[in-house]
Amino acid sequence: MNIAVCVSHVPDTATKIKIGADNKSIDAAGVTYIINPYDEFAVEEALKWKESSGGDSKVTVFSVGNDASKETIKKALAMGADDGVLIKTENDLDSLGIAKALAEELKQHSFDVVFCGKQSVDYDDSAVPQMLAELLGYSCATVVVDLKREGNKITAEREIEGGREVVELELPAVIGAQKGLNEPRYASLKGIMAAKKKTITEKPASAVENKTEIVKMNTPPPKQPGRILGTDASAVPELVRLLREEAKVI
Amino acid sequence: MPNKIIAILEQREGKLKRFAFEAVSAAVKLADELKLEKEAVVVGNEIENLSEVGNYGISRIVHLKSDKLENYSSSGYAEVLTNYINDSGADFLLLANTAYGKDLAPILAVKTDSGLIADAVKLDTSSGELVVTRPVYAGKALADVKFKTEKKVLTIRPNVFKAVPANGNSPEIVVKEVTPANLKSRVVSFKKSEGKLDVAEADIIVSGGRGLKGPENFHLIEKLADVLGGAVGASRAVVDAGWRPHREQVGQTGKTVSPSLYIACGISGAIQHLAGMSSAKYIVAINKDKDAPIFNVADYGIAGDIFEILPKLTEEIEKIKSQ
Repeated sequence: MNIAVCVSHVPDTATKIKIGADNKSIDAAGVTYIINPYDEFAVEEALKWKESSGGDSKVTVFSVGNDASKETIKKALAMGADDGVLIKTENDLDSLGIAKALAEELKQHSFDVVFCGKQSVDYDDSAVPQMLAELLGYSCATVVVDLKREGNKITAEREIEGGREVVELELPAVIGAQKGLNEPRYASLKGIMAAKKKTITEKPASAVENKTEIVKMNTPPPKQPGRILGTDASAVPELVRLLREEAKVI
Repeated sequence: MPNKIIAILEQREGKLKRFAFEAVSAAVKLADELKLEKEAVVVGNEIENLSEVGNYGISRIVHLKSDKLENYSSSGYAEVLTNYINDSGADFLLLANTAYGKDLAPILAVKTDSGLIADAVKLDTSSGELVVTRPVYAGKALADVKFKTEKKVLTIRPNVFKAVPANGNSPEIVVKEVTPANLKSRVVSFKKSEGKLDVAEADIIVSGGRGLKGPENFHLIEKLADVLGGAVGASRAVVDAGWRPHREQVGQTGKTVSPSLYIACGISGAIQHLAGMSSAKYIVAINKDKDAPIFNVADYGIAGDIFEILPKLTEEIEKIKSQ
């Protein structure tokens, strides 16, 4: 089975965000970058599929970005993926731009399945997996928390408001992984050493143009700290009064 | 300039969802401000409450109807919508950013070769051109984004744009029978979560964190949520510890929520949690540690013992509700 995983290099969720000098992006200075948390579930699922399919199955990792994204590809290689491709661009692409750059590269191989995180925690569009599937002509399920395969048929459970939709689809498919799909493995020391010998091929991103443009970025105005009404249950009646009469929310 | 905006409405089990009306209102407002024609489109089989759309100011609803499309199918829905959109000449699509809108909008953007801006929290047309404000980095920053294309797909964050009642004419409902060819991805069933309201849909959320000391104490949270008619939320710490299911997690790797009231109990307020809930209209924090960061975003706080305060709070609210 020929398996692809797409990963994204993003600021750590514990990072404080400062706006950069251009007022259109964040200040990367001092920011720790990590593999997008949802992509870890995608990598794990790819490795599980490889292990259960056996034979000459292979997992290739793709990322769109600049040289820094190699760190994130290496993380996936250390977890056990076989090789990596950096689709290189210095441009800050929107979701459609990223999906097109990925599709241009991916369509040159014939993948049976492509795993992505359901969303990257930088621009939070939740759009690339669906766009990629559409561009490749693959079927698609995202926000997937449970996945079963029988031959070419997949049954995916996707999280929606109030429950789970059970979706049937066929390979080839793009799957957007949600937290809960599996328990991502840690990269072992052996895995980290092995990753050093694996290749990361660089390819220039195809010329894609953004269809949207960020014109400004701000941090939200800080909220005025509220009132501490007390230190024990005697403050409860006052809290209830404020919620009813001032906030009018109960 | 675009000439026609279409609000694409979500139905499930034959009923329009609440957030569909928010999409209608937002489309009506944009149509007025940008001088566009407007209509609503819905895909499904039998749908019972279509005429309610008229209460929010859209007088034409197109129902793309097929018994094969009773349940959601990303491929089938996208196909019949794209056919209709291309025929109707619409170049601006608007959806609520729910699980449905999130799944469908990117596919429609590709199929119609449109730009996509997702999860809008503010729409400003005062310059004559639409500027969309949307949270990025889970709300740690806000980006103002413009379309560079004529063709636009926009999704709006639920609970932010209100459904505004407008002239209640009974709308014209146009039923078009459609035959989807591509059903390679389709919903075959729905598993409802056990009886509880979802944090993503709730107007009131009561969340618990490590301060609860163990999963056995979450009944205090559940009870309060229950009397308020709200949902139970959880911090990442307690989800990772296995005390609560992931679907309840609020924060950057959980759900981003904007309820009217968010009550954080025994949650210190890690940056990734704050990112997911600080756009709530009112925030109440109950936490023993008066220096916990959660108090920096809370409107009202009690710096005390949740095991003493929660039962009292539940009791007081029960009293009001029974009045």
